[in-house]
Amino acid sequence: MSRYILALAPILMLAACSLPGSDSDARVAPGKDPFPSTYQALPSETLLIRGATIYTGDGGRIDNGDLLIRDGKIAEVGPGLTLPEGASEIDASGKWLTPGIIDTHSHLGVYASPGVRPQSDGNEATAPVTAEVWAEHSVNPKDPGFAKALAGGVTSMQILPGSANLIGGRSVTLKNVPSRTMQGMKFPGAPYGLKMACGENPKRVYGAGKEVAPSTAMGNVAGYRAAWILAEEYSRVWQEYLDGKSEEKPVRDLGLETLAGVLNGEILVHNHCYRGDEMAVMLDIAKEFGYKVTSFHHAIEAYKIADLLAESGTCASMWADWWGFKIEALDGVRENIALVDKAGACAIVHSDSAIGIQWLNQEAAKVIAAANRGGIPVTEEHAMRWLTENPAKALGISDKTGTLAIGKDADLVIWDSNPFSVYSHAENVFIDGALVFDRNDPARQPKSDFMLGIIEIDGEIK
Amino acid sequence: MNHRRNYLLAVISSLVFAPGILTADVIAITGATIHTMTEQGTLSDATVLVENGHIVAVGSGIRIPDGADLIEANGRIVTPGLFDAYSYFGVAEISLVRETVDVFQTDERYTASFELADVINPRSTLIPINRIEGVTRAMVAPQAGFFQELSNSPIVGLGSVIHLGSTENFIVARNSALFVMLGETGAALTGGSRANTLLLLRESLQDARDYAANRQGFDEGRRRAYRLNRQDLDSLVEVLNGQRPIVATVNRASDIEAALRLANEFGIRLVINGGAEAWIVADKLADANVPVILDPLENLPRRFESLGSTLENAARLEKAGVTMAFSSGDSHNSRNMKQAAGVAVANGLSYDTALRALTINPAEIFGVQATYGSVSVGAEADLVIWSGDPLEVSTFADFVMIRGKTIPMVSRSTLLFERYKNLDKSLPPAYTN
Repeated sequence: MSRYILALAPILMLAACSLPGSDSDARVAPGKDPFPSTYQALPSETLLIRGATIYTGDGGRIDNGDLLIRDGKIAEVGPGLTLPEGASEIDASGKWLTPGIIDTHSHLGVYASPGVRPQSDGNEATAPVTAEVWAEHSVNPKDPGFAKALAGGVTSMQILPGSANLIGGRSVTLKNVPSRTMQGMKFPGAPYGLKMACGENPKRVYGAGKEVAPSTAMGNVAGYRAAWILAEEYSRVWQEYLDGKSEEKPVRDLGLETLAGVLNGEILVHNHCYRGDEMAVMLDIAKEFGYKVTSFHHAIEAYKIADLLAESGTCASMWADWWGFKIEALDGVRENIALVDKAGACAIVHSDSAIGIQWLNQEAAKVIAAANRGGIPVTEEHAMRWLTENPAKALGISDKTGTLAIGKDADLVIWDSNPFSVYSHAENVFIDGALVFDRNDPARQPKSDFMLGIIEIDGEIK
Repeated sequence: MNHRRNYLLAVISSLVFAPGILTADVIAITGATIHTMTEQGTLSDATVLVENGHIVAVGSGIRIPDGADLIEANGRIVTPGLFDAYSYFGVAEISLVRETVDVFQTDERYTASFELADVINPRSTLIPINRIEGVTRAMVAPQAGFFQELSNSPIVGLGSVIHLGSTENFIVARNSALFVMLGETGAALTGGSRANTLLLLRESLQDARDYAANRQGFDEGRRRAYRLNRQDLDSLVEVLNGQRPIVATVNRASDIEAALRLANEFGIRLVINGGAEAWIVADKLADANVPVILDPLENLPRRFESLGSTLENAARLEKAGVTMAFSSGDSHNSRNMKQAAGVAVANGLSYDTALRALTINPAEIFGVQATYGSVSVGAEADLVIWSGDPLEVSTFADFVMIRGKTIPMVSRSTLLFERYKNLDKSLPPAYTN
């Protein structure tokens, strides 16, 4: 009996909202945050990190520098800071201090390890336009890959749907903290992204075999444009309703709601695209419908159109050296990221890989070396931007993280040696000032539920 | 048109790279820090003398013949060229363009006799891109599938060792290993259970043993029906004879143990490929003298057969005394094997073993150590001068020699870079050749 009453309670509360006299008559757009972040910073203390070589993430470098964390934020940065009363101290002399690495392109959680069919949740490959799906509903926080990425110094990442579809759905940006729920990882205040894909993948997944468009590059483009035309109309109808110009409340459409969010600038476009000529077409489509491509992803030929990227203010999220697995990926050059950077565009090192995300610092190191060898001078402190500031910009979180500016979240990594060396380790990783990973303390190394007692070794279940 | 393009390339190459191309019969690299991979260890301020493609002297105080071409290393490190122990050089160009992929097959009629040696394309773009970064040798291995497609048998076929230095006589050791799949992939190829795979291998080897002892009877039709055809049986007989090892792709500890039992039962040489959980059974591998080919970066439980994956796999195998070689599995980027080796060192592997896993160890596993894998007198001159520590990610090859031939530091990738490094040209990039 009491259970029955309890079960009714939420319904009564809901009903209360539509009682006469409440503001239910006001015309409001559908709620934009139905799965709100419940992220809470883990406990932190006032902490002074002393004597590190600091790469600030915006191109700056401070030798023998100090950094003070207070209330989870970066409170002071510079040489010779005073230890506040009651604060703790870490001697980081001989070590490096950088912002936490941010990956714009990860499928952790949506393709959790082990990669078995029931955990293959990254591509809703049932129709070429699935703007209605949200990657966060596929994120499995038990993916052991999150902890591995953390050990590689990654503090935030964007989880994207896969690239099977022209429009694959919404992305979500996470703080890389262990959590029982996806909501507990959601980066507070981060905008959503929309995953789009050019080129071979949508044509291969659909096309002739399935007798569903697209089967050609021109079919791809027709598909994007048709979707944006519907989104324009959907935006218009809702706007008219909200402005009181029409009486009938429009029916919600999850997919068009997301696309309309792009058109009004609330959702950022992340566009998988390899070829330079295809990126140029995508930039024109964005112009036609009045949205912006925030970042191209993979962009193996970004170096061929680096000037166009600079002009349009579009980032490119790239690998250091992957190439050759598809014909659209044939023209890889080791200097790609540096050439985009040199043209004045926003260059980003991304992973798209549960292994690669652990070594993004080394991926950048290979590019630095190749660029300098090829006559494009790049310093390490400058290249740090590819790993922190630029990805933060592309994810719309640069006011909160990505550099060591005062007031930003204390998302930091202490490296035991130069992070651009193959021998370097992320020794301590902080997120919002909390020590979330310590290479020298197993008690500060998160372990997924999945890994607990999963294998017996030498008579021990670990 | 092709002639003209080749001509232009040749002109450009000679303009840009002429100083690096050495054609003299005698070449001396002096002032080098040489990791010899022999008992000589590492030599400082040393000379290596190359004549007619072979190393004829290594050490200090070596007299350099008149007319020799001299390369001053200025203290830089010299190692043998690197060896990718499990590659698809020349048998897969663009992974998702099926016509360019010969690394696997789906015809059920042939298994153990499927050989790649005659179809390896030495003009593949993968070869220059990797050799200018120091990869000079590779095992070209058949696979049980590629990207989304799968083969039909867990007995995959024969692999050969090649060098990456020329388009002639590039096969160093023909059909030097037979590749098979165990574990999850083997099961998927054999009726759904790991037990099917072991049964199939056992039956095939029993048939081959019977065939070897009764060839005449077979020819006269007096033997029982065999599972495999004649070519496949011939191939397996050479495994039973010890002429070539079986390389089993296998990851789970218990699957490795099953492979060890099978190898012991038939007295065959075994090599483990993959070996994500090899460290768990390291002592057994060491006792059986079974080497492991692995990718040191593999540290995720990406499959249920690799729950024990760890960055410390290599270090733990070394501690147990297991011989290992490295492969990235991605031959488009074999050049990154050295990075993976560096990560292994950062996780406990000794530096010396990491270098050996990239050179002499795979040479020994595939039986080519007499001619390659060390900087020693008599070996073919596969030599790399590195700009720094070869395992460091910021280090590149400054100079590469394969069998005494200096490699021009040009690839499709370097040409694309040269073409596009400046976009503000009066003519389109297509005019930059």
